[in-house]
Amino acid sequence: MQQLVIEAGRTERHYWRDLWRYRELFYFLAWRDILVRYKQTVVGVAWSLIRPFLSMVVFTLIFGKVAHLPSEGVPYPILVFTALLPWQFFSNSFSESGNSLVANSNLISKIYFPRLIVPAGSVVVGFIDFLISCVFLVVLMIWFHFLPDWRVLTLPLFIILAIAASLGTGFLLAALSVEYRDFRFIVPFIVQFGLYVSPVGFSSKMIPAKWRLLYSLNPMVGVIDGFRWALLRGHATLYIPGFCLSFGVVAVLLVTAIWYFRRTERTFADII
Amino acid sequence: MSDDIAIRVENLSKRYIIRHQRAGGNGLRHVLQDMASAPFRLFKRGTNGALHGGNVDATSEEFWALNNVSFEVNRGQVVGIIGRNGAGKSTLLKVLSRITEPTKGRITINGRVASLLEVGTGFHFELTGRENIYLNGAILGMTHSEIKSKFDEIVDFAEIEKFLDTPVKRYSSGMYIRLAFAVAAHLEPEILIVDEVLAVGDMQFQKKCLGKMQEVSQKHGRTILFVSHNMPVIQTLCSRCIVLRQGQVVIDASPTEAKSYYMMETIQASSFEFRPPADGKAHITAGSVASDTESGRAAVRIDVTVESPSEQKLSLDVRLEDRSGTPIGYGSLGSLDKNQMIQMYPGMNSVSLLLPIDQLANGSYFVSLDLIVPSVEFLDRLEHCLHFDVERPPTSGNHHVTLQEWGKGSVELTLSRIRHEPLAAN
Repeated sequence: MQQLVIEAGRTERHYWRDLWRYRELFYFLAWRDILVRYKQTVVGVAWSLIRPFLSMVVFTLIFGKVAHLPSEGVPYPILVFTALLPWQFFSNSFSESGNSLVANSNLISKIYFPRLIVPAGSVVVGFIDFLISCVFLVVLMIWFHFLPDWRVLTLPLFIILAIAASLGTGFLLAALSVEYRDFRFIVPFIVQFGLYVSPVGFSSKMIPAKWRLLYSLNPMVGVIDGFRWALLRGHATLYIPGFCLSFGVVAVLLVTAIWYFRRTERTFADII
Repeated sequence: MSDDIAIRVENLSKRYIIRHQRAGGNGLRHVLQDMASAPFRLFKRGTNGALHGGNVDATSEEFWALNNVSFEVNRGQVVGIIGRNGAGKSTLLKVLSRITEPTKGRITINGRVASLLEVGTGFHFELTGRENIYLNGAILGMTHSEIKSKFDEIVDFAEIEKFLDTPVKRYSSGMYIRLAFAVAAHLEPEILIVDEVLAVGDMQFQKKCLGKMQEVSQKHGRTILFVSHNMPVIQTLCSRCIVLRQGQVVIDASPTEAKSYYMMETIQASSFEFRPPADGKAHITAGSVASDTESGRAAVRIDVTVESPSEQKLSLDVRLEDRSGTPIGYGSLGSLDKNQMIQMYPGMNSVSLLLPIDQLANGSYFVSLDLIVPSVEFLDRLEHCLHFDVERPPTSGNHHVTLQEWGKGSVELTLSRIRHEPLAAN
């Protein structure tokens, strides 16, 4: 029979075992959020397709037609959409998981389970939306007769990178938001800001060479560049030093976030 | 640690920090003022001051919700935990459930723990009953296959088969509670921790829950830790009872012993003392109220000290008001019946009187004392000088005590049924 000792300051050796034991809760919380989202709606799941579609239309019109940003031989909608896909996954996960602990405060103050599950569940929801939007990308590519080449096999690697970036920022924000509710206001701002700063509406080749490395500090730069490289049939090149930097930033962020989360987790129920 | 012990708590303490607001007030003006000066306070004190909306003059105080609590529970025991509101019962359960961390001390637990601190935690109103069973079960720690195998039992226990696929927001509160408890009752932990969840729900439901808990303990040999205000339930279910007061264990014994101790505690003592004006007249100098243990009836004893310059007969009036100041009753030693006037002698005189409370509703009461020379003058009018709370426990599982909050007044009228017969049809 398992024995459990509870003491002030004692790090839970059982925590990781508990995460495994509660693994189904990841699924259930994500399932709950998705079910609830579309209850009593008429359009239902179709909203998951309509949102990225509309963003793409707006971007194509504004950045493509009005601003005439170059698209290097790739149909502009596809250029935008290959970046919009990971970006929307990241920004939705990031804002949802940032607020997830506060939104689930009734659970946090009354039931025990490893709290890491809550923001991770939001990322799962974002990922499901991402998969649905991928369907739309496939449709677009068929429409424009622009199909990807062998490079698409590397796509899973970039998807994992995107997931890691979302988890890292999600955990960090969630833990911070419990104590500092300021983040409720900061997050939408970062999301807005990030949309224009990240190479969504344009290719990162537009950034002058001397700033390129600094620019890659934004983790989404590496992710988006990677997506484009994998999907655009060689029309996009991958700036290796920048990519490695983004990759490093994501790794450090993820580790720091988990550390910070675990450290503050024991006070959540008291201050939420 | 021997295999026989399910829970061992050693010197457990939990501290919270409470902040107090500056006396200035909380109006809109103050809120705006605070907001304007917040950025500057950030630099002055670091983030801690500004964070909790604190005013610069806010003081913080340590509050020990649990203070050096120790006890052991053997496997298969059913232990009740009672105490007044604020005694630390819920905090104890939270720490045992790993929701919050102890400040000092240590707990050792053998076996899987499931906590029911609130009924229906995790229920989402938009989801149907069926979906909520899965969701709630998962949150409480059951696996998908476990829930599936117990699904029919749960629905049966909750008696909501007809409404399984309607959103829970359409359920009546009774259905909601039945469903929530049904899911939790089918958990299979070695140790079950339950917090006052039986306080809601009708009699039939409470009986069902009790029955289920008894089954869990007797048939399956599980350990149960049960918090309640309901003495009769604790006496039925528990073999042992711990009374908490202000974060400390005051008694750990059989339910009957614990009950008498607890009942004596339920009336708050209160007292006052002051220096009377030196005007050559008699005055009350001190008073106190406490629960009376000698008369056998539920009553409070009011002790009054009167300083009198000379030998005279005076009367003492007692006015009783409820928490909101509504007068409830009036009694007098001397004003209504001259034969009851009190003979005072020069110097200090002590007067004690008994005020029966067995027909008073549960709630807070204020006592005002008047010292009078009947039909001549009021020597003293002490408004609200004493205060006591009545908390009469129900005499059985089927009995409820009137509460002041019900708005039906503060006196429980004793009715006697004199006749009851069916009328023949014409």
